[in-house]
Parts: sequence; C-alpha cells; structure tokens
Amino acid sequence: MNIEQNTHTLSVYVSNRPGVLARIAQVFSRRGYNIESLVVSPAKDGDFSRMTIGLSGDPDGLEQIIRQVGKLVDVLSCVDHTDDSAVVRELAMVKVRVDAEHRIGVLQIVEHFACKTVDLTDTSMIIMSTGASEKVDAFIRMIKSFEVVELVRTGKVLMARGDQPT
Amino acid sequence: MKSNQTNSPMDGAQALVKCLEAQGVEYIFGLSGGSAIPIFDALVTTGTKIELILVRHEQGAAHMADGYARATGKPGVVLVTSGPGATNTITGIMTAHMDSVPMVILTGQTITPMIGKDAFQEADVFGLTMPVVKHSYLLKNPNDIPRVVKEAFHIAGTGRPGPVLMDLPKDVSSGKFTGELDPPMNLPGYHPVREVDAAAVSRIADALSRSVRPVILAGHGAMISGAEQEVLQLAETLNAPVTTTLLGKGVIPETHPLSLGMLGMHGTAYANKAVVECDLIMSIGSRFDDRIIGQADRFCRDAVRIHIDVDVAEIDKMIKVHHSCVGDAKEVLKALLPQVGQLNTEDWLRRIDGYRNRYPLRYGKQGGLKAQQILDELYKMTQGKIVVTTDVGQHQMWAAQFLKTIRPNDFISSGGAGTMGFGFPAAIGAQFGRPKDQVWTIVGDGGFQMTLCELATACVSKLPIKILVLNNHYLGMVRQWQELFYDDRKSGVDLVGNPDFARLADSYPGAKGLTLKRTADIRKILQRAMDYNDGPCVINAECEKTENVFPMIPAGRPLEDMLIDRPRKKLEKPTGST
Ligand SMILES: Cc1ncc(C[n+]2csc(CCOP(=O)(O)OP(=O)(O)O)c2C)c(N)n1
Ligand SMILES: [Mg+2]
Repeated sequence: MNIEQNTHTLSVYVSNRPGVLARIAQVFSRRGYNIESLVVSPAKDGDFSRMTIGLSGDPDGLEQIIRQVGKLVDVLSCVDHTDDSAVVRELAMVKVRVDAEHRIGVLQIVEHFACKTVDLTDTSMIIMSTGASEKVDAFIRMIKSFEVVELVRTGKVLMARGDQPT
Repeated sequence: MKSNQTNSPMDGAQALVKCLEAQGVEYIFGLSGGSAIPIFDALVTTGTKIELILVRHEQGAAHMADGYARATGKPGVVLVTSGPGATNTITGIMTAHMDSVPMVILTGQTITPMIGKDAFQEADVFGLTMPVVKHSYLLKNPNDIPRVVKEAFHIAGTGRPGPVLMDLPKDVSSGKFTGELDPPMNLPGYHPVREVDAAAVSRIADALSRSVRPVILAGHGAMISGAEQEVLQLAETLNAPVTTTLLGKGVIPETHPLSLGMLGMHGTAYANKAVVECDLIMSIGSRFDDRIIGQADRFCRDAVRIHIDVDVAEIDKMIKVHHSCVGDAKEVLKALLPQVGQLNTEDWLRRIDGYRNRYPLRYGKQGGLKAQQILDELYKMTQGKIVVTTDVGQHQMWAAQFLKTIRPNDFISSGGAGTMGFGFPAAIGAQFGRPKDQVWTIVGDGGFQMTLCELATACVSKLPIKILVLNNHYLGMVRQWQELFYDDRKSGVDLVGNPDFARLADSYPGAKGLTLKRTADIRKILQRAMDYNDGPCVINAECEKTENVFPMIPAGRPLEDMLIDRPRKKLEKPTGST
C-alpha cells in the first residue's frame, strides 16, 4: 500500500525541558508533514524523555528533517526505525454500544484478537487491544461491524531489538 | 552606596550582568521598558564596564548586535522589554538566524504568576521566536541565570552560530540570587562540531585530483570558521579559481588572480560562466542558496559536486552532492591540504580569463550620476581598507559588485533574509566593534528610511560612520523586476515624499549632510565624508532613477540563462522564489 511507504516511525531522545515538543513539532509542520501519532514519556533517566513519532508525508525530504530535528539543542538523537528490526506496539480502547443479546458476537472478536474487556455495562463495553499496529487495525476493522461509539489509540511505541539502541 | 552593594545579596539582574561580564560583553544594544527595568537598573548598580547603547527602535538594536557580531566574530547582545519591545526585535533575530550570526537577546517578561494571562505587555516571546532562534530559554528561577547565560553564549557562538534568546520575567530578574555564579553547563544534546571524517576527506582529495575545470565556492561558513588562509592555500595549491557568495566576500581577496568575485543572481558573468562549465564544484561553508544555484536540478548537473559544511542538515538539502564532509571548514581543509597537489588547470584559467575580459562588470558612463560609478570610485579611493555594510536592494548588489573585499568580516550584508533597514544599524554595531576602522554603509533611499531613526544613536556616540544613500527615489530593485518582467508597470515603488537626506542629517546634533549630484563631484564629496569624523555623515547621492543591475539570472532559472545586459525581448515572469 502506498500509505505504508509514506509512513515512518521515528524515535527521538530528548532532554526533558519546556518547549522541546513544540520545537520538534515545528520542524515537521513547517515542511508540511503530518504527525499521525505521538507518544512522549519519561525515559529510564527522568532528565530525558523518549518520543515515538508516527509520520506521513513525502519520504524525500524526511532525511533532511531528521537531521534538522537531530540538531535541535535539546535533542540527543533522532532515528528513523521504519525499516529497522524494532518492536513496535500500541494500545487501543474501543467503546461499543451493545446490549446483552449481541454481547456474545462481540466477545467472539475479543477472544479471537486476544483483547480484553475492561468495562462492561448493560448497554456498552470497553475493549482494550494491544499489539502490533496491524493487529490493532485488524481488530478495529472487525469490531466496526458493531456500533463503535468511541475509539482511543495510544499511538506506536517502539524499541530497537537486541543491542541496537532505540 | 556602591560599597554597600557588594555586601548585600545580588538580585537576578545583577547576577546576569556579572555573567555577561564574564562572557566578555562590551556593549549591550537596547531600549528599556517596565519588565526590563530591573536589568537596566543592574547596569547602574553593579558599576559594570559594559556600555549600554540606547537605540531608538528595538529592530535597530538587533541589527546593531548583528553588525557588531559580524564585524568582530563575537556574539552581539540585545536587551529589550517585553511585548512590543521584544516583538520589534524579531526581524533582526530572523536576519541573524538566516545568516548564522551569533547573538544573545535578553527580553523582559511579565512576572511569572501573570504569564499566560494576557498581562500588560505580555507576549509569548519564547513561542513567537522559536522558528528563528538557534535556541531559547524562559527563565523561572534567578539561580538558573548563570548556567543559562553560559549555555546561551556557548550555543550562539559555536558550530553553526545563531541567535539565542533568554526571556526574563521581572520577578526572576528582581528575585534574590542565591546560586553559583559559575556553574557547569548542561547540554547533553548539543554537539556542534563533528570530528573530521578522514575517509570523506580522502574521497574529496581523490575527486579533486581528477578535475581539470574545478571551481571553489566559498561561503559565510568559511569566514565564520576563520578558514581564509586555508581556502587561499587550497586555491593556490590546486591552481583553482574561487567564487564566493554574497556573505563569503572577503574569504579570498577579490584582487587575487584566482578570485572570480561573487556568483549567482547578480554575480559576475565570469563566475557564473565558470560554474556552468566546471567539471567539479566544491562548496566550503555555503548552503547552495537559491540565489546562487538558480534552478536546483540544473545546477552543475554534469559536474562532481562536493559540500563541506558544519551543519549536517545542509548536506543534500538544495542539491544532491557526490561527496561531503561535515565539520568545521578550517579543520576539514587542514586535513585536505596535505592530500592535494596542483591540477592541470592552465586551459581552464585561460578560458575563464577570456570571460573576464569579454564580460567585465561595467556600467554606462553617459547620462546622470551612476550608483555604480560612486562605488567604483569609493573602492579606488579606499582600496578595500574599509568596513562596508549594506542595506537591501539594487545598491546592495552594486556594492557587492564594485566594492572589492580584501579581508574577511569587512563586507556585511543581510543575505538570507534580505532585510531592508539592516544596513545602517549594522554599521553602528560594526563601528562599535571596530573603532579604528572606517565604516561605510551603502543604503537605498527606501531601506534607509526604515531605520534612520538610529542617526540619533550614532550621534550620541559620535560614530564617524559614512552613510552613502544611493537615492533613486524608487524601491529600485522591485522597480527593476517590474520593468523587466511586468511590462514596466510600476506598482508601489515610487518613493515620492522622500526627505532631503542631507538636511535631515544636519538636523541631528553632530551629524553632517552632504549632497552629491554631479559625476564630477564624486571624489570630492566622498573625500569630504572621509574627512568628517565628529559624527555620522550622510551623503545624499541623487542617482539615475531607472538604472538596472546586471548581470542577472532571473529567479528560478538555471545559471545558463544569465542576462549580461538588458534584453530587447520581453521576459517571462520568474518562477523562482521572490
Ligand atoms: C523589510 C523589507 N521589505 C520589503 C523588501 C522587498 N524589497 C527588496 S529590495 C526592495 C527595494 C529597496 O529599495 P531601496 O532601499 O530604495 O534600494 P534600491 O533597490 O532602490 O537600491 C524591496 C522593497 C525587503 N527586502 N525587505
Ligand atoms: Mg531606492
């Protein structure tokens, strides 16, 4: 798929300082890149944060943009892990409007995708799906045959395999 | 009073001044206001030797700091108040950012509890300036001031230099300081210069050895790195010609037989022809700006392209190159020099000399007073031993063409931003930085009016700056484009309402005004300006109104499409940027 080719996953390691996210976001927005997903959290050492950025846009300019992010004073490293061997995971929660009568159909999908129900009422369920993005996508496609009220995804988080640094 | 001060604890602003002293700051260019008063106060209470230069508009302060930095290589310092004071500096910060000029901007800010609540004269200066600074800080604690000052100067002046902003809330600058005056920096993400990659240098040496038609392109980066000796040595060793960007003027003496002068949109015909016909181009500290490459995908299409730059993000940005080396220009050249020898360039240099003779820079001598001739005479009278700043427009390009530059840091112009209003305040900064040198600023009648309020600033300090107003009563460069590309439809370029610049100067205490109308008087008037040293001197030169700058490569066109002179046929509108 074309979209796949233009989707990149970057891991950015930054000093945990005010403004760092705005500076990074500006580099992308100035060049017309759309940030599809963004996860920011404290790293092992609390002075630093780890960002995982899912992006779409022209792959040609991306190399230069990565360098521009890399040169920001608060950025320690910016690596494109798109083709790397890295573990990529995300989490999604889906709220489905479903009554007792149809619940069993939903539960079949939950079981198939090894999801969890994390909230259950007479009229609704919240289902949590974790795993590779493709798996989460597939689950969401299936669950859409029921009445999905809300959908929340964390966006990808990524870690390089083996001795490779993220 | 003073003796009490030393015993009583400092406030943030006083610590700030101490830290600026420790950085060797000589001058601060600024203008006060509510939230900056504690800092201005500290300039008095600390008894510091740092001299405050009071400007008349904050944009001028930024350009002065910029001119000071370019003339000396040391960071310029700006101090302004919050809100409008700070936003007035943004054009100047952007100008410095585009041209990699080290600058530290101190802005007052409302007190921290009021930030984000639309307090009086509050503006999100940290956010507003983010795209035009190398780095910035919003201070929250007086005790952070010393570390931040140290980091700010370090970041501004190292690697690829640039402006760094410190936003200082009033409660931080007036809060009690209980910290350490000389703490370590904390910049784990900042690695401004890479070690020179020996393998990359060898590949470049190898590529050079195969070239018979090389061109060296020297830019501002070569100057910032202080690589002029190495560039000259490389050119002479290879026997290769050198062209420079506008900001690279002075990296190699433009009187040197291997110098081709400036290339690009209004560069010399022989520089542009050499670039079109070369088999190898090696940029040392230029970023292949659109003003010099024209149409990117046609630029040196069949030549080997080499790029040396301190900023990795510049490599392959505008044009794809075959070889590159990321690092400080001087260091890279030092590694390269032992690996290169003389090339067989006799035929090539002969061919270029042919172009030099056939297409010299020239101007018509008949008709009214020619700006080019004034500059030509100024060069002949001074032999490049002056510091020149320019504004932006036709006069800027003529200055670049006719005022040959011999030494680095002697030609100061807003290149990347093309900021009208830059020239005169930049000259003030340059004169402060280089008190022994004769400083000239070449300005247009349009741009000069954007910042001429700084005549007062120059008068107060009795700066003997020579201000040459090349007055064509037009926004000349735009008029030229309208003439060439828009059927001479003039729209918004006629500067009716200009003052008499000489009489205007005379109305300032200590300034002198001169008028130049006849070609025969050029030397006499220039000499009079040189002889007046009690303050600024404005020469109002009433020039031919509709003269055009040539050669010219229409924006976005390949260098092959250079116009040596005014074409008879109608030209298409340019497709390139601005
Ligand atoms: C702040 C700013 N506004 C507009 C421009 C666009 N511009 C470039 S050159 C020019 C004309 C400059 O006129 P003048 O200062 O009289 O110089 P001349 O070209 O006549 O020598 C203009 C308007 C600019 N570069 N900077
Ligand atoms: Mg003009």
